[in-house]
Amino acid sequence: MTTPIIEMNNISLRFGGNQALDDVSVNLRPGEVVGLLGHNGAGKSTLIKVLSGAYQADSGSIKIAGQEVEIRSPQDSQRHGVETIYQTLALADNLDAVANVFLGREKVNGIVLSEDEMEIEARKVLDRLRVKIPSLRVPVQNMSGGQRQTVAIARAVYFKAKVLIMDEPTAALGPEETAKVSELIAALKAEGVGIFLISHDLHDVFDLADRCTVMKNGKVVGTVNTKDVNHDQVLGMIIGGVMPNVPNAT
Amino acid sequence: MQNAEKNRPPERRSLLAALGVDNQLLTLLLALVVVWIGFQIWSGGIFLSPRNLWTLTAQTAVVGIMVGGMVLVIVARQIDLGVGSVLGFTAMIMALLQAPPPIGAGLNWILAVLIGIAVGVLIGAFNGYLSAFWGVPAFVVTLAGMLVFRNGTFSVSSFTIGPLDETFQILGGGINGSIGATWTWIIGLAIIAFVVWQTLTGRVRRQRNEFSVRPVWAEALVLGVTTVLILAFVIVMNSYNVPGTGVDNIPAVASGMPVPTLIALAVLGYLNWMTRATRFGRYIFAIGGNPEAANLAGINVKRMMVYIFMLMGFLTAIAGAVQAARLNSATPTLGRDLELTVIAGAVIGGTVLSGGSGTILGAALGALLMSSLENGLGLVGVRTEQQKIYLGIVLLLAVLWNSISNRRKGGR
Repeated sequence: MTTPIIEMNNISLRFGGNQALDDVSVNLRPGEVVGLLGHNGAGKSTLIKVLSGAYQADSGSIKIAGQEVEIRSPQDSQRHGVETIYQTLALADNLDAVANVFLGREKVNGIVLSEDEMEIEARKVLDRLRVKIPSLRVPVQNMSGGQRQTVAIARAVYFKAKVLIMDEPTAALGPEETAKVSELIAALKAEGVGIFLISHDLHDVFDLADRCTVMKNGKVVGTVNTKDVNHDQVLGMIIGGVMPNVPNAT
Repeated sequence: MQNAEKNRPPERRSLLAALGVDNQLLTLLLALVVVWIGFQIWSGGIFLSPRNLWTLTAQTAVVGIMVGGMVLVIVARQIDLGVGSVLGFTAMIMALLQAPPPIGAGLNWILAVLIGIAVGVLIGAFNGYLSAFWGVPAFVVTLAGMLVFRNGTFSVSSFTIGPLDETFQILGGGINGSIGATWTWIIGLAIIAFVVWQTLTGRVRRQRNEFSVRPVWAEALVLGVTTVLILAFVIVMNSYNVPGTGVDNIPAVASGMPVPTLIALAVLGYLNWMTRATRFGRYIFAIGGNPEAANLAGINVKRMMVYIFMLMGFLTAIAGAVQAARLNSATPTLGRDLELTVIAGAVIGGTVLSGGSGTILGAALGALLMSSLENGLGLVGVRTEQQKIYLGIVLLLAVLWNSISNRRKGGR
């Protein structure tokens, strides 16, 4: 089996009296989608923030492509090829698509922004995602939910993400746009990108994820191959914390 | 390429959209024209005389120098209520340092100005540091600064310090404070050449990259209007004669653009370029649009805040130098209420108070509108105290219009 691109081992994190993460281990292989499931407060967002550099774990280790790394900031995480698409998308709504794709990593010629070059590059990456955005030069606040999502994804893809963390990517989208995002995830997967997918929507996860890791109260209930389980069994894991009678797929 | 704009179906464009001129900017220009014609009639033809227009540009300079900085402060979701007091404080320091002993220290005026600017920048850094790193709202920090530095000015000197160095006075546009007809022409023509060159090269570049371009007639119209306005400005500035010339057989000497106006134009031109073409400018707008996103994108938001306030302090001190030079003295009340004029100029110019949106060009026109009102009301004999009533009402209407048009756009 291929070396996991991400290995998070025995991660623990306490916020005051609250054990947010308790000895959590997950992994992700290239070209694989792993769904992270659990109630609000189960610890999935916290776990993801440890990987994306927003939080630092009290103990445990993170390996990227077999190398142990330290992640102290979002920039560290990006440097290792981990890009995060937050549920809020983290777009500057008043700026246009081009500015958002390159925010913080602008192309410059001396000290002058290379606007044309960035526009051409942004177009290329959006073409690659097969998404149509009529004008890249209007503020993203005037775009639809799906288009905004695409801009956020384009941002991650342009900078050659090896690992993508997607936090509730379809929560704010209509059915058509959800289908579009699913297509995108399948396309990225085919390119060998590993994806952590956080979602409330079991249908999404069953459609897209190869494996599911279920969390409850800061602990991992278990990791299963999606094809081995049905909805009820996964719900049992989420609600009851019961591991069904299927092989563990860690 | 799916996202190539040339593949878009041709859409009907309104006249304004084709011109590519911002709606809000156009309304502002229209308001300016109405105000000018109104005052021209009300004042019996004095308002639009070369002499008054020349005075108007010199009067606008002080607010013009500061208003661009205020736009950036407001775009970054902050406010600076202290600029009037800091202007008075730095002007007083500059005056005391250069005035001859026993009143002042008798320093070289350049040194005095540099020290004043350093003080302004330090005050800005302090404002930015307290609000960014310690979470004190900028509103409160600068309100405190407004009180501290106004009364600080009184503490340093409770009486007027003057006269000041003669060379220093050039900054204010007084005697010898204009650049003369030749230089005014040179600068005017250089600006026109620059605008034409920018438009043409930009157009060629965009076409090469297959981006959409304005229709030729629209480009020509915008260029034409810009050129005419710049030429008119040069001609008006050169129609005003240096006082004491052109009478009693003394040959007329055209005054040309006042030095403070030149300083304001340079500052505004630079800021306009900076906001559009540099990372620093881009990040200010990103912070205003979504501070959290800016932070996640690796922008050091706190440090940016400090820089923005330092820039405001720098511009305030320069405006202080110009104001003191203009009056040939520093008074303890110098710059009182000026923060409101500056903020009003920015807001009338389309800067949204909740942050994220604003233009330097709009603010420059906003500042011109505010000082036109002040100048015009003075000209027709409205007392200073009553002028402020009108200015307050205009500010209120501008903010009201601003929020109505933003609601219509579907923004905040």
